[in-house]
Amino acid sequence: MSELRYEAPESVSAAVALLAGAKGMARVLAGGTDVIVQMETELIEPELIVDIKKIPEVRGISAENGGFRVGAAATGMQICDHKEFARTWPGVIEGVKLIGSIQVKGRASMGGNLCNASPGADSVPPMFTAGAIARVVGPKGVREVPVEQIPTAPGKTSLAKDEIVTSFFFPARPKRSGDAYQRFTPRTEMDIAVTGVAINLSLDDKGVCTAARVAIGAVAPTALLVKDAGAALVGTKVDDAAIEKMVAAARAACKPIDDKRGTKEFRIEVTGVLAKRVAKAALERALANK
Amino acid sequence: MKKHHITLSVNGDDYDALVEPQQTLLDTLRDTLMLTGTKEGCATGDCGACSVIVDGTLQCACLMLGVEANGAKVETIEGMAKGEKLHPLQKAILEHNGLQCGICTPGVLMAAKALLERNPDPTETETRFWLAGNLCRCTGYDKLIKSVLVAAKEMRGA
Ligand SMILES: Cc1cc2nc3c(=O)[nH]c(=O)nc-3n(C[C@@H](O)[C@@H](O)[C@H](O)COP(=O)(O)OP(=O)(O)OC[C@H]3O[C@@H](n4cnc5c(N)ncnc54)[C@H](O)[C@@H]3O)c2cc1C
Ligand code: FES
Ligand code: FES
Repeated sequence: MSELRYEAPESVSAAVALLAGAKGMARVLAGGTDVIVQMETELIEPELIVDIKKIPEVRGISAENGGFRVGAAATGMQICDHKEFARTWPGVIEGVKLIGSIQVKGRASMGGNLCNASPGADSVPPMFTAGAIARVVGPKGVREVPVEQIPTAPGKTSLAKDEIVTSFFFPARPKRSGDAYQRFTPRTEMDIAVTGVAINLSLDDKGVCTAARVAIGAVAPTALLVKDAGAALVGTKVDDAAIEKMVAAARAACKPIDDKRGTKEFRIEVTGVLAKRVAKAALERALANK
Repeated sequence: MKKHHITLSVNGDDYDALVEPQQTLLDTLRDTLMLTGTKEGCATGDCGACSVIVDGTLQCACLMLGVEANGAKVETIEGMAKGEKLHPLQKAILEHNGLQCGICTPGVLMAAKALLERNPDPTETETRFWLAGNLCRCTGYDKLIKSVLVAAKEMRGA
């Protein structure tokens, strides 16, 4: 094994410089719930670990322009315990809550969940539907990137090796908006999604849907934002006919694998069932949120 | 391999240690500081046997590097009893057969302690969800959960 170097810089620019200068494999370390497991099981043998948790701006959660800025390394427990954020984005919280045990959520971050690029990452579909924007910093400066453009394949992202996500911006929320996320797993807790669906929608004062985003997880190489599925709800009262159209679009977007946890047919079927339930949950929340 | 010098507090005692960068907090506690009360079941975050409280947060010692604990306040099972006096959770788990082989017990106790510090009066369902990250092959969980609820009641003075 090559020498492992551990660095814990206190600024984003120092972190980026370390990554830019790395000769062999380098890994950003946030909560480590993927990185340390991958090191322990010898899936990866990095030469450099850049722990970003000493950088203040990657850890906080604060109000910004009527929305929220959430540090990329803010922990799951920190996010769930933030009452304002949790009240505003219940669907994002449903995703974050499903990330492993209480112990795992004591460390795991949304930044890591996104950048690890597992197709089944639970906080990712609701981040997509929330329209969260990742702030990405590299040697050339700052880019603001819609989260759905970050994962590109299992374990792969669109980030350059010397770029890090420092935070996510969750935009201001119109009244009569609601989001929800549900996944299917064989067990209730501590399991990996066989499929997951997130929906975020807004209604006007007559109950007509003005905007809707639908995302699916674990049924394609990355989580997917399904534009047609969202479009099927816009201009409707999210009635059964509209939901059926949305479900058909969500199923059509699935490109699942076949494995012991679920066949292709099963994953596609259940994605539709979940999409229907999640639409109803999001609608109920939007109606209650006057 | 370059070693890092860390200082940390474990159960209120200050320690100095030299750790290798890839060494986990679990290895550091068990092999460097010789505090073997914290157990290793899986080393991949799945079983919860290594549960400890770091700066007030419950977590798996196997999912954190020793170097990351520099300056941290760590609580482990060794700090639970005060001398001969068992913690109410320890007493309850003994009295209600909440353990058999005992390998999961230190982790369960630390997780339960963290739960009761946040929520002194959890429901059975809340307790089951909170402890979902602590696997036990022996008890079937029922007696474990009961022990935690009994201890919670005692600690509330109810
Ligand atoms: C027992 C167990 C159960 C789990 N169950 C679930 C589950 O049910 N659902 C689920 O979704 N996940 C689950 N996970 C995985 C989940 O914990 C991780 O995906 C977690 O969210 C990753 O966050 P982290 O902060 O720990 O990231 P790390 O492990 O620190 O990093 C993950 C990856 O992202 C990169 N990275 C991290 N932060 C950044 C950043 N800011 N900028 C650029 N790159 C970055 C790292 O280099 C690494 O490649 C489980 C994990 C364990 C151990
Ligand atoms: S040894 Fe840490 S969770 Fe199993
Ligand atoms: S008592 Fe044996 S594993 Fe829990």
